[in-house]
Amino acid sequence: MNARPRRLATRIALNATAVVVILCSLFPVYWMVNTSLLPGSAVRSSTPHWWPDQFTLDNYRDAMNEGLPAALGTSLAVTGVTLAAALVLAFLASVAVSRYRFRSRRTFIVLILVIQMVPAEALIVSMFRVLDGWHLLNSILGLGLVYIALVLPFTIWTLRGFVGGIPVELEEAAMIDGCSKTGAFWRVTFPLLAPGLVATGVFAFIQAWNEFVFALVIMTRPESLTLPIWLRAFVQATKATDWAVVMAASTIMAIPVIVFFLVVQNRMAGGLVSGAVKG
Amino acid sequence: MAIATAPPPAATAAPPASSPPTRRRRRAWGAPLLLLLPSIAMLAVFIGWPIVQMVVMSFQEFGRAQIFGAPPAFVGLGNYVDVLTDPEFWAVLTRSIALCVVSVAATMVLGVLIAILLTRLGRVMRTAVSISLLLAWAMPALTATIVWGWIFGTQYGLVNWVLTRITGTDWTGHSWLIDPVSFFAVAAIVITWGAVPFVVFTTYAGLTQVPDEVMEAASLDGAGGLARFRLIVFPYLRSILVVLLILQIIWDLRVFAQIYALQSIGGVREETNTIGVYIYSVSMASGDLGAGGAISVVLVVIMLAISGYYIRSMLREEDS
Repeated sequence: MNARPRRLATRIALNATAVVVILCSLFPVYWMVNTSLLPGSAVRSSTPHWWPDQFTLDNYRDAMNEGLPAALGTSLAVTGVTLAAALVLAFLASVAVSRYRFRSRRTFIVLILVIQMVPAEALIVSMFRVLDGWHLLNSILGLGLVYIALVLPFTIWTLRGFVGGIPVELEEAAMIDGCSKTGAFWRVTFPLLAPGLVATGVFAFIQAWNEFVFALVIMTRPESLTLPIWLRAFVQATKATDWAVVMAASTIMAIPVIVFFLVVQNRMAGGLVSGAVKG
Repeated sequence: MAIATAPPPAATAAPPASSPPTRRRRRAWGAPLLLLLPSIAMLAVFIGWPIVQMVVMSFQEFGRAQIFGAPPAFVGLGNYVDVLTDPEFWAVLTRSIALCVVSVAATMVLGVLIAILLTRLGRVMRTAVSISLLLAWAMPALTATIVWGWIFGTQYGLVNWVLTRITGTDWTGHSWLIDPVSFFAVAAIVITWGAVPFVVFTTYAGLTQVPDEVMEAASLDGAGGLARFRLIVFPYLRSILVVLLILQIIWDLRVFAQIYALQSIGGVREETNTIGVYIYSVSMASGDLGAGGAISVVLVVIMLAISGYYIRSMLREEDS
């Protein structure tokens, strides 16, 4: 049998499968954006519009009039608080874990890993009560504090890898050249850590931006909803009648995440399974 | 106090050529403790304390009266007995496990197949597939669920339109979410769609570590494609696949946003609750925090039991 036509057939089959994979992964994202750019009447027609042939931004305007700006503001505030605090705390902790050897170091690392396995759903009950006792329900500060604790284990774990990847010898060289120990750290190691801080910050951002369970329990007042909770409530309120506006709101929520995600995607897989890949 | 200058005895023993750059191995506790203190305080107050409260509450009668100030009474294992003898709990657990098994199986099979596909594609095609998978991966779970809810929409949904075109019968108005079985089929699609990219990228990273020489040697020895995969590639991948499997099981057992959002679009809550959503509805909607606490403890125990291997394999990297 001739090998060449068979190889050609295999290549065609492989590429065809690849096209199917591309279509399946892209289509929902495309469909969200496409629907958001069509007028409601076109969305509610008996035949689907495959591209925004009646382009309009009305849905975005309508979403803005439905309370989206307030939710967006709350989400931005909570995410900002989380991002800033988690980065500082995780930075300090990761320096401790990767630059020092101390007796309870391993205990701390086990703790970090175990905490990540405790599902948020299991904590909603007691978290609600604890925050209620401290009068932190429905407050940006309360949710922010919860989120900081929530993202800390993962951010410490990730940053630890970055700090550990910077050779101590660089600092030592700077110290020989006359830097103090602290000076060597801030002038040599810290600048090298910038990409690590960016990647870790983006993780914290995405986690806080997308978080659903705690926000649902803690932010119950209509004026203090975060974006995901507002979006969920909006979907239920319009009950499958206003998909165009719902898709516009979904796009607003998804776009920042997608953009930031693309920035750090290389680090994403590594941190979670590095132990396994190294074998 | 700290003996900052003493070299640790083991670290000096002839490291292998490929060892990572030696780190400063100082034996100190003052500085690291100070650095760790803020993080430990945050975790203790906002994770540790709620966990303690959860366990305590699971042994208490804690209903609406207690929320408004009545002192809670300890009821021993009462909540656990109530929960474990409640047929609804077992129905919820069975549902969660079934959804998890189906989603994880689909995710792993598709993920590994697509990863293998990636190794056999040309560069342009491989980049195109990677980018589209990345976009799917980046999509927040909530918005993904809502978009799929729209695609499976009752009135103007795309799926119903396509089915009407293909089958010739009118599917317009068919609700995919009202029937629990098709509700969970949609849920499994949403979950799998979001989870496959992570499996693909991780598996692909593992596949590229298989040395070409070994594969060539095997094919010279007459091993066919399937035999090469089973005998050479799979052993390389096994530890990655086990960790992926554990992570997927954990993530899929605790799905919340997807189920909760699909219920808001059109599911029947009582028939479609999974364990996370069930905890929410028992404790928040019905106000029985004691029972909610007991279910939470059961869930945490299940999770930690499943994740033991994952934690150990992550620690192995620490020790190496």
